[in-house]
Amino acid sequence: MNPTLLHIDNVHKTFAGLHALSDVNLDIREGETHAIIGPNGAGKSTLLNVCVGVIAPTKGKVLFDGQQLTGRRPFEINQLGVARVFQTPEIFGDLTVIENVMMAMLSHRDGAFRLRLLSRFDERGQVGRRAAKALADLGLGDHLHHLAGALSRGDKRRLELVMSLAQDPKMLLLDEPTAGMARADTNTTIDILRDIKRKTGITIVIIEHDMHVVFSLADRITVLAGGRVIAQGVPEEIKGNPKVIEAYLGEEQV
Amino acid sequence: MKHISKTADFILLGCFALAVALGPFIFAPIGAGYPDLLQKFAIYGIFAIGFNILFGLTGYLSFGHAAFLGVGSYAAVWSFKLVSMELLPAIGLSVLLAGLLALAIGFVSLRRSGIYFSILTLAFAQMCYNMAYSVLTPITNGETGLRVLRTDPRYLDSALGYSAKMPTLFGLEITGWTGYYICGVVLIAAFGLSNAIFRSPFGMTLRAIKSNQNRMGYTGFNSRPYLLSAFVMSGMFAGLAGALLAATDPLAGAERMQWTASGEVVLMTILGGAGTLLGPVIGTGIIKYFENIFSAYNETMLSAMFSFVPDGVREPLVKFMSLFVGDGWQLTLGLIFMAVVIFLPGGVMEGVMRLFRVKHTPRVRSLGDSPQRDMLGESIIEEMPSDYDSSGAHKHPAKNNVTPVAP
Repeated sequence: MNPTLLHIDNVHKTFAGLHALSDVNLDIREGETHAIIGPNGAGKSTLLNVCVGVIAPTKGKVLFDGQQLTGRRPFEINQLGVARVFQTPEIFGDLTVIENVMMAMLSHRDGAFRLRLLSRFDERGQVGRRAAKALADLGLGDHLHHLAGALSRGDKRRLELVMSLAQDPKMLLLDEPTAGMARADTNTTIDILRDIKRKTGITIVIIEHDMHVVFSLADRITVLAGGRVIAQGVPEEIKGNPKVIEAYLGEEQV
Repeated sequence: MKHISKTADFILLGCFALAVALGPFIFAPIGAGYPDLLQKFAIYGIFAIGFNILFGLTGYLSFGHAAFLGVGSYAAVWSFKLVSMELLPAIGLSVLLAGLLALAIGFVSLRRSGIYFSILTLAFAQMCYNMAYSVLTPITNGETGLRVLRTDPRYLDSALGYSAKMPTLFGLEITGWTGYYICGVVLIAAFGLSNAIFRSPFGMTLRAIKSNQNRMGYTGFNSRPYLLSAFVMSGMFAGLAGALLAATDPLAGAERMQWTASGEVVLMTILGGAGTLLGPVIGTGIIKYFENIFSAYNETMLSAMFSFVPDGVREPLVKFMSLFVGDGWQLTLGLIFMAVVIFLPGGVMEGVMRLFRVKHTPRVRSLGDSPQRDMLGESIIEEMPSDYDSSGAHKHPAKNNVTPVAP
């Protein structure tokens, strides 16, 4: 069994009396693809936000690679090697597609401030060529010089994925990567993620509603409901788990 | 943005330098071909270019940049009084002090963004302005303004045995056409520097900050030091402009730091086109032209202009037109500003770009996963014959392999 990369220990989060997360314990092992599923309002996105430093947990701690994540700001967490793809794409909409990726490539792990004031920086340079290749690999080669804000939502998400991978992260957090996608696009995304996995062996945490995606990709699955972990295990265990079926379908249908 | 080659940038810089060199001839037909006004074009152009590095690239709207201009002027005059009549030490001191002040103001103001940032910078600038009139009178000489006197020590000059009545650059007096060309060379240098910054990794970082600061965080960038550097840089450009103002007219007054002066550079940048290279300079030209030429018109001059109009019509016409000239020049400027902001939000530069059709309009080829396409897709799938579906599964093995959670 691989060592633990992300260790979520006894995390609680309360929003004005609402228990979004209560006593969540979760270990993500190095190199696995871990899916977090659950009905709407189960606390999946809150959990992800706690991991990247957007939300501070009310109680508990998150350790990544042995380092405490709670209390760190988003840019510091990214510098530790955690990259995130959002449900609503967060991209530089006023920059071109290739410039978006070049920005990601400008980012350095050490987080030092670099005032590169006079060197010329454009897509004909070394970074630009690498960015163009990375985009072409994920099928965005036609859009290099379009404004990123003008892309379709699916393409924006794919761009976010290219940006995240350009940083060579240790762990990739995906928040509903296929939400709102047509079936064919969903299948393309699955293929892309499998391909990434095969090439880099990166640890992936994925939040998803689409069971087709979850069971195509996940090595292990954690089920959240009402802010609690109700089941955890390999896909075969989860499929037959009565608690999971109840959480998803309601009691009377069982 | 389309790819802009190094050569294109050099050509732009070359054309800009040529326009500055030919300034007296270009502006003569519109009555602006005299050195005092062209000096103002150049100096305020530098101010606006610097302001554009902050506002145009990062989107942070400072309402207090006149403070740096004022500090630059005071520092230059003190340099003329105590060190030397030469321009270079004055510029050095002005840029340094304006930069330090920008560092202090920026450090505090950049903790907030948007309107709160603007208000903080405005508050700091007003504080500087009021202090120049009150507690700092020993340094600023209050309402009278700080001026260069013949009896000032000028330690460096007296040590070298050099003496000049007016500020000089390598012995050349900074007045008249010499003054214009000295300011012009500095303007070209400032333009070239801003061009380099626009194309650098730093420039792209600033544009990215303007576009989406959250994404900056998730990409591992701490935006603050980049913003602070941009703020300090634009403060230093303002200090440089302040030094040149003091050099062409060695008298520094606190009114240069008033909020109206801060507002003016905002107008210049927006009017010309924030975030473009040439825009701020063009905006400066337009505003300074109105301020100096339109304000000089009076009814007698208007009557002479409309002498071809019959007598009965001429008087009311002249009366009406005089609303827009003389003291009313700001009304004309206001109307032009409104027209530009409403019809050309990107400023005059957007109009120029449209004329030459170089604006790059991003094309979107597919509908992507827009709601329209989803609906289209759903209806196609529903209408699809069942055998088509099974053949489709050949290409996409995963397609029909939907595993439901419930057995």
